[in-house]
Amino acid sequence: MKKLTMSVLLVSMLAACASDKPAEVAEAPVAPVEAPVAAPVAEAPKEVAPVAVDALDDVNSILAKRSAFFDFDKSVVKPADKPMVQAHGQYLATNPARKVVVEGNADERGSSEYNLALGNRRADSVKKMLIVSGAKAGQISTVSYGEEKPRAAGHNEAAWSQNRRADIAYNK
Amino acid sequence: MAVRFLFYVLLMGVTLPARAALDIEITGAGEHQIPISIVAFAGEEALSQKISSVIANDLKRSGLFRLVDPATKAPHEMRDVVYGDWAEVDALTIGSATALPDGRVEVKFRLLDTHKQSQLLGQSVVSKGDQVRAIAHRIADMIYEKFTGDAGVFSTRISYINREGKVNRLVVADSDGYGEQSVLTLKEPIMSPAWSPDGSHLAYVTFEQGRAVTYVQSLFTRQRFVLAAFPGSNSSPAWAPDGKQLAIVLTRDGTSSIYLVRPDGSGLRRITFSDAIDTEPSFSPDGRFLLFSSDRGGSVQIYRMPADGGFAERMTFEGNNNFSARYSPDGNGFVFMHSTDGQFYIATQDFQTKQMQVLTDVGWEKKPSFAPNGKLVLFATESLGRGILATVSSDGRVKQKMTPQQGDIREPMWGPFLKQ
Repeated sequence: MKKLTMSVLLVSMLAACASDKPAEVAEAPVAPVEAPVAAPVAEAPKEVAPVAVDALDDVNSILAKRSAFFDFDKSVVKPADKPMVQAHGQYLATNPARKVVVEGNADERGSSEYNLALGNRRADSVKKMLIVSGAKAGQISTVSYGEEKPRAAGHNEAAWSQNRRADIAYNK
Repeated sequence: MAVRFLFYVLLMGVTLPARAALDIEITGAGEHQIPISIVAFAGEEALSQKISSVIANDLKRSGLFRLVDPATKAPHEMRDVVYGDWAEVDALTIGSATALPDGRVEVKFRLLDTHKQSQLLGQSVVSKGDQVRAIAHRIADMIYEKFTGDAGVFSTRISYINREGKVNRLVVADSDGYGEQSVLTLKEPIMSPAWSPDGSHLAYVTFEQGRAVTYVQSLFTRQRFVLAAFPGSNSSPAWAPDGKQLAIVLTRDGTSSIYLVRPDGSGLRRITFSDAIDTEPSFSPDGRFLLFSSDRGGSVQIYRMPADGGFAERMTFEGNNNFSARYSPDGNGFVFMHSTDGQFYIATQDFQTKQMQVLTDVGWEKKPSFAPNGKLVLFATESLGRGILATVSSDGRVKQKMTPQQGDIREPMWGPFLKQ
């Protein structure tokens, strides 16, 4: 019984490590009341470890970030966003079945048609970096929404900076 | 004249009922205004629209007429006119509207020269009762033409996108923004409406297939078909003046480049080959040249090249960037969006003098297009955070803002004269 409690605590702590949330120790004493043999539970840590199923689902992974932001009228991926784009390129390289759509966007300044072209160029810029990082061209398609689908409303730099963006969207 | 009018009525006939009214604000005045009085037409109170006020508003917003209130004077027939009463105006319009037993309306009008004490125009038109506004616009066109020698554009139509939340409507309206009628309603963005030279079709871009695809739609039958749906973006359609081909912008071979295609989607041919963005083509009225926007020189500027491709000459040099060029109807210059210090203005430039003239002063003016007589420019601007329509006379003197009751207006484009 004592051993069982220990195991449950261990599981809780591991879970805590994985999720980075405060450990929910309080629940531990309730669970083991009618617990059967200890043996299977002792193996629990080994079963918990593979919880790192897909790095894409890990909110703490760099892969959880999927938007690259751009300077006005520019389509060069900024240094701050490079590690994120490169990580997606590496992920695509190790998961050749996965595919993405890179969606380019622009702020509302300039003409709508020029912004459509600029969104394409931003999406292409991210696509190139994904390929350089190991992804295959066939895993990546691109689309531009120009200024037509702004994430942030408002006619100010705060909104515009959010809308000068390329999103990496994984196909289901 | 009669055929042109009939064509217009046909066009009206297939469209949906008119929507809510607008708020119209006019500022400025032309240099030499013609003083004129438009007397209320006999019987017009019984109609859905007051003919005299539609005529008066049309003439007023041209900036070329000064409307003088007829006060209590209300002649409807020649015999009622006492010329001595009208010394302060050069011209006077009188008329009457009579509902016919079959539901149609007969409108009679006369334009009188008050100094020569003679009739300049006199006409009678019979139409359906719901087309009174169209008749009033035709009368305003006739008055405008009589005094200026230029064709009036009050009967022409405009197209634009009205966005309300996620709902986008491609609409066609009278040139004064009234009578908005939906051509297409989508929950995806619509862009870049372009009129065919005969006014019978619109080409435009939508995202209903998940990316920018160009369509052509008949305004008569409402039938539409895909003009271009290649991989990537398919956008920025512009009709050649003979209607036999369009210029469009595709990314199927890389960065946005300009292509020519027939209206049925056949005969695709690439005509720009730079690595830069080439977009927003506009045909010259004679069909020999294209203006377009490109950032091949670093900043976005207007270039001109032969319509079947070839050497592109840079046209604009002022400000930070210049976009959205459209030829003037006489082919002598162009209107465009001029960007400087993060602001966007409407400007014109003459090919001979190379002089740029900035026509607006607010700093958020986009997507200009000339009225088919070249005397006014239509564009999109903002008021209280909402997109609205506006016009400016091509000399920059008279400005008009047209605020619809609802929606965010984008991408206006002035339609052509309807074929005689």
